[in-house]
Amino acid sequence: MRRLTIFAALLFLAAGCSRSRPAAPALQPTGWGTAITEASGGKQAAGVGMLLDQPVVVQVNDAQGSGVTGAAVTMQGPAGVRFDPASGLTDSSGQFTTSVSLGGVAGRYQITAWTADKSGKRVELKLEEIALGYQEGLGQQFNRQYCSRCHDPESTPERVSNYDNLTTKPHAFTEGDTLNKMSEADLTAIISHGGPALGKSPEMPSFGYTLSKSEIQALVAYVRAVSDPPYQTAGVVYAQK
Amino acid sequence: MGLRQKIGSVCRIFFGDPARTFGTMSVVLLVMLAIAPAKDYFSEWRGYQKQYLKLIRGRAEAVTLERRFEPGLQQIWIPEQGVTDRCTTCHLGLREASLANVSRQPFRPHPPMPHRLTEFGCVVCHRGQGGATTVEEAHSSTLAWEQPILPAKYLQASCGQCHLGALAGTPQLNLGRKLLARYGCVRCHSVHAPDGTTMQATDDPPSLAHIAQKTTREWMYAWIKNPQAYASTATMPNFGFSDADARDISAFLVAQSTAINLPAPTQAAPAAKQDPQAGASLYGESFCASCHAVQNAAGALVGGDLGPELTRIGSKAKPEWLEAWLRDPAAYDPDTKMPHYRFSEAQVALLVNFLGAKSDSDLLANVHLDAATSQQIAHGKQLVTEYGCASCHEIDGIKKPENFAPDLSRVGSRSLAQLVFAEGMPHTLPDYIAAKIRNPRAFGPGLKMPQFSFTPQQQDALTTALLALTDRAQTQPASLRVPALAESHYRPAGKAGHLMDDLRCFSCHAINGRGGDMAPDLSWEGSAVQRPWLVDFLKNPNTLRPALIRRMPRFNLTDAEIATLTDYMMTVYQDPAFNRDAAADSTPALVEQGRQLFYSKFACQSCHIADPQKDKGYIGPTLAQVGSRLTPAWVFHYLKDPQGMRPGTLEPNQNLSDADARALTAFLMSLKGKPVQEAKKR
Repeated sequence: MRRLTIFAALLFLAAGCSRSRPAAPALQPTGWGTAITEASGGKQAAGVGMLLDQPVVVQVNDAQGSGVTGAAVTMQGPAGVRFDPASGLTDSSGQFTTSVSLGGVAGRYQITAWTADKSGKRVELKLEEIALGYQEGLGQQFNRQYCSRCHDPESTPERVSNYDNLTTKPHAFTEGDTLNKMSEADLTAIISHGGPALGKSPEMPSFGYTLSKSEIQALVAYVRAVSDPPYQTAGVVYAQK
Repeated sequence: MGLRQKIGSVCRIFFGDPARTFGTMSVVLLVMLAIAPAKDYFSEWRGYQKQYLKLIRGRAEAVTLERRFEPGLQQIWIPEQGVTDRCTTCHLGLREASLANVSRQPFRPHPPMPHRLTEFGCVVCHRGQGGATTVEEAHSSTLAWEQPILPAKYLQASCGQCHLGALAGTPQLNLGRKLLARYGCVRCHSVHAPDGTTMQATDDPPSLAHIAQKTTREWMYAWIKNPQAYASTATMPNFGFSDADARDISAFLVAQSTAINLPAPTQAAPAAKQDPQAGASLYGESFCASCHAVQNAAGALVGGDLGPELTRIGSKAKPEWLEAWLRDPAAYDPDTKMPHYRFSEAQVALLVNFLGAKSDSDLLANVHLDAATSQQIAHGKQLVTEYGCASCHEIDGIKKPENFAPDLSRVGSRSLAQLVFAEGMPHTLPDYIAAKIRNPRAFGPGLKMPQFSFTPQQQDALTTALLALTDRAQTQPASLRVPALAESHYRPAGKAGHLMDDLRCFSCHAINGRGGDMAPDLSWEGSAVQRPWLVDFLKNPNTLRPALIRRMPRFNLTDAEIATLTDYMMTVYQDPAFNRDAAADSTPALVEQGRQLFYSKFACQSCHIADPQKDKGYIGPTLAQVGSRLTPAWVFHYLKDPQGMRPGTLEPNQNLSDADARALTAFLMSLKGKPVQEAKKR
């Protein structure tokens, strides 16, 4: 009898302690689109667990390709990815904006934005974001300091690009089709000794006396991390006995 | 049969006679003895070790991995740091690079990191309970242990326990520390670093001693209500004052304000006729935008953030104050970062007109304040004292409060029992700190901490910087600490020093470790440049870097002032490592060889312009007149070791041979450009 009483009291306590969380109010869409597209924010790189610099903006369009107001958009991602907010209605231009922080493990994260069309069918958009570990993050720093002035053709008032002034155009670090074919040793060589080391343009200077070995390694890791299509490690080859 | 009889019969079966009792007790004892090994055998970590063995068996490198696998509890023990980490008992693949494609925890290899596992263990960086041998106890906050695993987004906080200065690999931590100083957090909260230094604020809250001379009570009222309504970039936080509170505080500040003599016009008032564009072009020519931002028509801020935003300055500053300020800012605020431009009265009038027009009629449209009563003033004083306004601002009659807000020197280890959590928030320290920064007033009414307008990135950065302030940071061996660069209190001497202070050179330039980072370091400027060039540059600063927005303004210096500055810089700011005046070889053949090296071997033209007709690179400074600007000795040594001469420069060190450097120097020195005016006679 006494045991029963204690058990009941415990149950009662447990019930009191666990706060019943109110479920998120269901979205009441006022519009329905047939397609969902990326407005901005895909393919960003940020440190593990951190907020992406720019929010992810997706747009819900109707059959004519113009934005739909009030369509419900829901974001989903692998474990560790957080959205703020995770769902909502599109604004007057048909766009839904959310800030994204990535999971705690370095690598690529595929996130999904979906909306339902009038018949309730799910329309999806898949985006990819990149979480950088310590080494790749360090590489990103050096990229911003030394490389992006020439390798990134995008100009902003605060950081004018030198890309257009070069006779031999440098490759953006996202150009996987070119850079994935280069071995680790080749990348290290061209960073350390400049373009002529691989018979390329001397407009690429040598950084081997400016950056340390581990810093160059970090840069290579960054280049591998952001390449598109993704870089596949060659893997280890073992001699068969 | 009653219960009592039943128990009786069971007892008889087991304990009926001595032999039965002995047998029963033996069995019970045996079972009890078996509990310990059984518990050990079925422990969580053994399960993980079995799974790990299964995982590696299927792999090509199984033999190596199996050889390196050690069964049983593993431990990293570092007594001097108090580290006893058993994490490697389950995290078996941490050091196995060949498991790179394994994504399953706890078997993933550790990504590359700056320290060795055996040097620091795991919990120094990741926190959690290192001695624990169950998943729950090691990772989560339990009753016996308060520090759960640190979320990845704040991981850089752990670097900050030893590294007290800025680090290349920890941009978030660096930003957080900068913000703690920049937003004046450390004016109310004190932060003592483990090396004994105290964090100093770098913001510039103005003195309010003479505030009534500068602005109206109406503006003060609007500002106190919501600083961000006046300027989105305002660093002052929002205290959420009511209308009556703002009225009374403004009444008190006006009542407390004293008058000082501000600089009067030095010349006769200028002619009234003005070109409407002249003000704007003078604002542009004076490079006010290097420090001050203004919102453009599209709503974007254009300009620097060293000085306050000027979008609505006309609604704030009284014209007569603005005139006096432009004549000599230090007369009103001796600690200002703003240089003393030597504007003529006509220029002052132009700028006052131009800035006065930058007003916002909506800002003060509904503000009508009656004359203040003594009661209101007294209430204002009470509020100013209660909210610690004097922690940041100088106010006559109010003493700067000491220890106004909790000390944050060990906030990263604060015990959860000492924290009052807000309704519905997760009970962890990182969540608590982040919530306090995001919305301090959510923790209950009557709290004094104001609302800052930080972006989510800034909030995370601040949380990271605060989480670095742990007990471990304070108590670990001093040999592990990497101190921040010591603050420099360098002051140039004499008349030139006085002039450099008047021009606030240190707001933008650094010399001997003191000063801003907007403009080049001038520590060795005397070795680098030729005297006639420097004289000409101070007279009329023309930019060397076309891609740059921030530029050196023209101060309208007299020839005598220029001579004083030039003499001092040429004499004092010399690198003792080489002779500035050493002549360089210069034969036509050497110049030609240098030209070849410049254009072909090193392709310098990709970043520098040597020939304005042909070259296009604009990352580095223009070199078309470098032969009239720099000394050959400097050019030679700079080419040999750019980072050594100017730390942080983008110019890569190309490891030039002496012969190459000599030839390049000869070529560069041959680029004289248009003749530079000789300095006038001193």
